[in-house]
Amino acid sequence: MPAPIRLRELIRTIRTARTQAEEREMIQKESAAIRSSFREEDNTYRCRNVAKLLYMHMLGYPAHFGQLECLKLIASQKFTDKRIGYLGAMLLLDERQDVHLLMTNCIKNDLNHSTQYVQGLALCTLGCMGSSEMCRDLAGEVEKLLKTSNSYLRKKAALCAVHVIRKVPELMEMFLPATKNLLSEKNHGVLHTSVVLLTEMCERSPDMLSHFRKLVPQLVRILKNLIMSGYSPEHDVSGISDPFLQVRILRLLRILGKGDDDSSEAMNDILAQVATNTETSKNVGNAILYETVLTIMDIKSESGLRVLAINILGRFLLNNDKNIRYVALTSLLKTVQTDHNAVQRHRSTIVDCLKDLDVSIKRRAMELSFALVNGNNIRGMMKELLYFLDSCDPEFKADCASGIFLAAEKYAPSKRWHIDTIMRVLTTAGSYVRDDCVPNLIQLITNSVEMHAYTVQRLYKALLDDISQQPFVQVSSWCIGEYGDLLVSGQCEEEDPIQVTEDEVLDVLEGLLASNLSSPVTRGYALTAVMKLSTRLSSVNRIKKVVSIYGSSIDVELQQRAVEYNALFKKYDHMRCALLERMPIMEKAAANGPTETVQTNGEAEPAGLEPKHPPTIIQPANQANDLLDLLGGNDVVPVISTAPAMKPASAGGELLDLLGGLSLSAPTPAPPIPMSQPPFLLDGLSSQPLFNDIATGIPPMTAYNKNGLKIDFTFERSNTNPNIAIITIHAANSTEAEMTNFVFQAAVPKTFQLQLLSPSSSIIPALNQGPVTQVIKVLNPQKQQLRMRIKLTYNHKGSPVQDLAEVNNFPPQSWQ
Amino acid sequence: MQFMLLFSRQGKLRLQKWYVPLSDKEKKKITRELVQTVLARKPKMCSFLEWRDLKIVYKRYASLYFCCAIEDQDNELITLEIIHRYVELLDKYFGSVCELDIIFNFEKAYFILDEFLLGGEAQETSKKNVLKAIEQADLLQENQSEDWGGLAAEEVL
Repeated sequence: MPAPIRLRELIRTIRTARTQAEEREMIQKESAAIRSSFREEDNTYRCRNVAKLLYMHMLGYPAHFGQLECLKLIASQKFTDKRIGYLGAMLLLDERQDVHLLMTNCIKNDLNHSTQYVQGLALCTLGCMGSSEMCRDLAGEVEKLLKTSNSYLRKKAALCAVHVIRKVPELMEMFLPATKNLLSEKNHGVLHTSVVLLTEMCERSPDMLSHFRKLVPQLVRILKNLIMSGYSPEHDVSGISDPFLQVRILRLLRILGKGDDDSSEAMNDILAQVATNTETSKNVGNAILYETVLTIMDIKSESGLRVLAINILGRFLLNNDKNIRYVALTSLLKTVQTDHNAVQRHRSTIVDCLKDLDVSIKRRAMELSFALVNGNNIRGMMKELLYFLDSCDPEFKADCASGIFLAAEKYAPSKRWHIDTIMRVLTTAGSYVRDDCVPNLIQLITNSVEMHAYTVQRLYKALLDDISQQPFVQVSSWCIGEYGDLLVSGQCEEEDPIQVTEDEVLDVLEGLLASNLSSPVTRGYALTAVMKLSTRLSSVNRIKKVVSIYGSSIDVELQQRAVEYNALFKKYDHMRCALLERMPIMEKAAANGPTETVQTNGEAEPAGLEPKHPPTIIQPANQANDLLDLLGGNDVVPVISTAPAMKPASAGGELLDLLGGLSLSAPTPAPPIPMSQPPFLLDGLSSQPLFNDIATGIPPMTAYNKNGLKIDFTFERSNTNPNIAIITIHAANSTEAEMTNFVFQAAVPKTFQLQLLSPSSSIIPALNQGPVTQVIKVLNPQKQQLRMRIKLTYNHKGSPVQDLAEVNNFPPQSWQ
Repeated sequence: MQFMLLFSRQGKLRLQKWYVPLSDKEKKKITRELVQTVLARKPKMCSFLEWRDLKIVYKRYASLYFCCAIEDQDNELITLEIIHRYVELLDKYFGSVCELDIIFNFEKAYFILDEFLLGGEAQETSKKNVLKAIEQADLLQENQSEDWGGLAAEEVL
């Protein structure tokens, strides 16, 4: 049997292969030769074969059949064998293979070998890939070696102990005695690995942490010696003595000093010294400074030291080396919350980093910029951020857009500026804007009452140019639907009004409906917008036509909408105006208040923000049942958050706002209950105990009695859900003329949900000859006092009658 | 450190050292993805990138990329120094090291790495001591030539 070809020979041969197929062929041939050699149990060339196998493994070919051979090599007495064997074990074996446990005995023997290099091999292998079982078995040996005076072995044992602790944390205790005099070593290797070991122990156990705090003076001394001592050729790197050790000590000091006044005080001086004396011309000095800054920021350092640290970071920002800039931005991001003012000073440099070519730096700069925006710098910052948005990569645009919206909302100096900023974002990055921004924007626009005409005009103009960006198109079509009348009448004050005809507006919306670029959601928006315009513009016939076309649309959502709108035209035309009225001011459920209040940056966002909109706003047509939106009253009264007592919004307050601020004797609002859920028909999310009594005996009441119309309420509780009260209204007419086209509408505070079923009839016969009944279901999960506002419309003796009334006299049993 | 990879400009792996237990399949996947990501970086970009939940520190020396994956609390700048120290060690050992040295003597590159790092941390901060240990170990290999029945030490592999 000729000797198997040599390793370097094989490598040379394989490298001559010109194609992947050729290489594969060579490898297969050699693998076969190696396999037969293994079968023959050839001791001499085993290590050569395994070495070749390792090479082939690196190229990506299978080598599992060599695993057992590695074990044989490890067990051999020859050092070369052991070296290759352990290397093979580290490359081919891992703790998933059962085979690896067979190593344990060999390693144990080798840990006690007479030759330190063999011991070193064993320690290295155990420390790199030892499984938990192996670690458990061999921890004792490692602990022994940790106490040896041989520094070559001691340093390896320390790192091996680190691995053991990571794998089997319970064993940490057993290494404690051996750590006693680790730091008194002179050997840097041992010192370095000891510090790593101590760091690992302190990170894992608070007890260890308090135990090792007493080492702080010693660590400070060692660090001091490193800095003050003269040139030491052995450990010098660009004029700095053992930077690796310095960095590790600084890191351990950080952990020991965190949250502890005494330790922090003890290290103040040395930190200041390192911070001021370290050479910064090379990367290695900056590495130490970086670690120092991290430590200063984490421990209880005095303010002078903190300022020093931030200034170091500021200098880093100006460094030519982009690695340093990157590291600075990362650190500043960590400290911006706690040392906000100090970081603000470097704002302009940070903003410059937005223009950097490196993606990571740009991202960090963007995050930091958003953190630094406040009421004072908003205009300048926004200019930079908008410019950034224009030119940045697509991966940033979504985050940047969201960030801009957030910042604009908090610090906008004026409504016009706010709207302009939103528009700018929508038109430049409109397709990257997150979907949940759309309802937020709509709410913002709605609440900026005096800007409606301006907004819709600008959006309309932008829409003419480009209809491809879906979020933008959605917001625009919503606005056109709401404020189309302002658009056509040319009322804009802020800029020159444009001349737009009704047909042009409808052309645009129909274009959206028909375009391939529009997503189904967008089409929904467009159709609803068209429908709304039926009460705002005069081209009702055209609108009717559009709506009826889509009644047979393939898109089910669109079809449903169109059919419902058609029904509105045909059967419920009397309701159409009310249904499609202008949207009232929407309160953001987390009552943020108008943009006049300037908050200082750093103020925490209100906790527990729920979705910024009740979902009703997005699809108003689908919520024909939700009378919250119907009874807006004809004048849109802007919500004046005069009373800070309104926050958090309480149930009583909601009702007042919603229904046009009639002076009602405001009942003491229920204790502020954070509105943590949207008004869905959810079960069991009450914050007060549920009352389980099925109220059989809730007394009826008279809700309304005027002009011959009397409305009584009778109550029942739902069997399926005790939070739902079923109210049946009985409308009776005591006059001699019947009341026709009777429509009963009701509104309840926001914490309630209301469902109105169909009335028995829309004609109330005269002379109490048979009341009209209608069922209302009210969900009251928070057990708030039930109050209701009702609106009645009917025709009596030829003239229409309309009345509003407040119903307050609900019996307690109906809502408790 | 979780792992270190050395690869050429064409994406060929020259050395892989893993300090975390992963299956072969996972290692291959990570290697493939990371190599692609790093090779796609432009020359002027910084040496750090975020990848999955790790920090990647890489540096190119001639035709070889040295790539380390470190954890959140590790110092990126000192990792660059670690990489540089390793290159210096290789350079001293091989005498003006080039990629071919590492290709043809990969097992020695591993031995040197294993004398410098253990479990992902530096075990020896003195260049001299690392090289001395390697030298001694090599000597040990040579002195055992009588075990090889006539084969000279450098002929074993």
